[in-house]
Amino acid sequence: MLSQESLKLIDVEVAKYPSDQKQSAVMAALRIAQQEKGWLARETIDAVASYLDMPAIAAFEVASFYNMYDLEPVGEHKITVCTNLPCALSGGVHAADYLKQKLGIEFNETTPDGKFTLKEGECMGACGDAPVLLHNNHKMCSWMTTEKIDQLLADLAK
Amino acid sequence: MSARNLILADLDGDRTWRLQDYLARGGYAALKKIIAESTPPADIIAEVKASVLRGRGGAGFPTGLKWSFMPRSFPGAKYLACNSDEGEPGTFKDRDILRYNPHSVIEGMIIAAYAMGCERGYNYIHGEIFEIYDRFEEALAEARAAGLLGDKILGSDFSFDLFAHHGYGAYICGEETALLESIEGKKGQPRFKPPFPASYGLYGKPTTINNTETFASVPFILRDGGETFLNYGKPNNGGTKLFSISGHVNRPGNYEIELGTPFSELLEMAGGMRGGRKLKGVIPGGSSSPVVPADIMMDCTMDYDSISKAGSMLGSGAVIVMDETTCMVRALERLSYFYFEESCGQCTPCREGTGWLYRVVHRIEHGLGRPDDLDLLNSVTTNIMGRTICALGDAASMPVQSFVKHFGDEFAYHIEHKTCLVPDDVQREGSKIYVGPSC
Repeated sequence: MLSQESLKLIDVEVAKYPSDQKQSAVMAALRIAQQEKGWLARETIDAVASYLDMPAIAAFEVASFYNMYDLEPVGEHKITVCTNLPCALSGGVHAADYLKQKLGIEFNETTPDGKFTLKEGECMGACGDAPVLLHNNHKMCSWMTTEKIDQLLADLAK
Repeated sequence: MSARNLILADLDGDRTWRLQDYLARGGYAALKKIIAESTPPADIIAEVKASVLRGRGGAGFPTGLKWSFMPRSFPGAKYLACNSDEGEPGTFKDRDILRYNPHSVIEGMIIAAYAMGCERGYNYIHGEIFEIYDRFEEALAEARAAGLLGDKILGSDFSFDLFAHHGYGAYICGEETALLESIEGKKGQPRFKPPFPASYGLYGKPTTINNTETFASVPFILRDGGETFLNYGKPNNGGTKLFSISGHVNRPGNYEIELGTPFSELLEMAGGMRGGRKLKGVIPGGSSSPVVPADIMMDCTMDYDSISKAGSMLGSGAVIVMDETTCMVRALERLSYFYFEESCGQCTPCREGTGWLYRVVHRIEHGLGRPDDLDLLNSVTTNIMGRTICALGDAASMPVQSFVKHFGDEFAYHIEHKTCLVPDDVQREGSKIYVGPSC
């Protein structure tokens, strides 16, 4: 179900914990699975659970509790914008509005070509860099002026 | 100015985070001395107590005292955890510590593990700063290769290994027992206390959890002495502290200053008010700390005791600055939405109450407020506070109580006139995309 490469990466995570605590690696394992598959279908979550010898429902609980896991398909590029108060004071909402207008979608929507999904994020711990957005969960983009948003979207559309 | 860099000393942005740079700054000297002299663990805890270092994650609990709670003679595994799950709106200091000085945290954790007899530790890093998590993994690999982590550290009998664990989007995991649940591979739902983690922590074993900045302060304390550290601050408020300044200032960012520095000086360091506009209010310690009106704030010094006297909390040192273009109802609405979204759902007063708070503030902001809504808000907060397992319910309530208390006229205006006291175009201009000179 998961590629050999992903399983190898999961093994590295499992080794961080005591030998009788494999379940501790579930957050990293779900992240690795999501990176491979793009999102977490039920069978992907089940595969992770079975690899870690834990109940499928326990892995699903984790996948549904933490909001960076996607339980539904998302576009090739998921963009999450922080609109929380400190960011909003420095343009977080304006940046989100600009993205909505440029992409022609609202939060939690995907462009018809499947390229972009837009999400509203909660505090990313980078309020001094506002406006801040995350690209595919892991790449943080700071001080996102409209010019930088244009550039980012152009680069990603290639 | 009282800028004083102990934690962020001699850093040069992204260029000097590696082991060789940290060693050149005198890094790992404290650990090497402890190992060479076989310093008794009790002496280390005494030194940390003498520094009056208080937990930098928000609660301000004395670190040395916390360490002394660990049952050193307990047979079997004991754990150490670092809380780098920095997601309290306004807080972004731990990200910079891990980004620019990761080895200071690693050294602090090794010393802490030595003092408390822990064999294994985890640094729980906020999922949204994944690039920092990757860097921390690299720093750990450097420390292991240099014999600073793992079996028989620096040739001694002391062994300790440290690993990175990432979150994936849950504010509640910054609560220490939720963090432990999360490391165990579960939903991050806080545990009842007692038992406290020092007796029943990770995997049911004695565990101590400290904040990133707390650990990063430890090498200095052991190298230069607890008293030296204490003297950088003021009595009962030892040392320097990082303040994350966001909002309506000219230079948002992190500033390390001596505790007890006047707020007015800190504001000046951050470039003063954006566009020369007037200060309206400050949230001095992260989004859950009560808001303080401008005139009271300008008389405060930045330390635990002064901010507490002003009716708020120093918390994590996250200073959110709001000027006269801010609609306080809209500001509160956004914070209330955050707590509603992030409540773990375990306790009814918090799960339901945060929803009530958000919906009522939302309707006031959108011109649908009712005359008794302010009483309703206060009643909901008092029904949440003190009735939940963890502090998230209180964290959601304190902003509501303080915004209504200090800016009640704005809320009343909304309810009566169905519109903001601050005109919409003024708000829009004040919150437009701002990129300061520091970037």
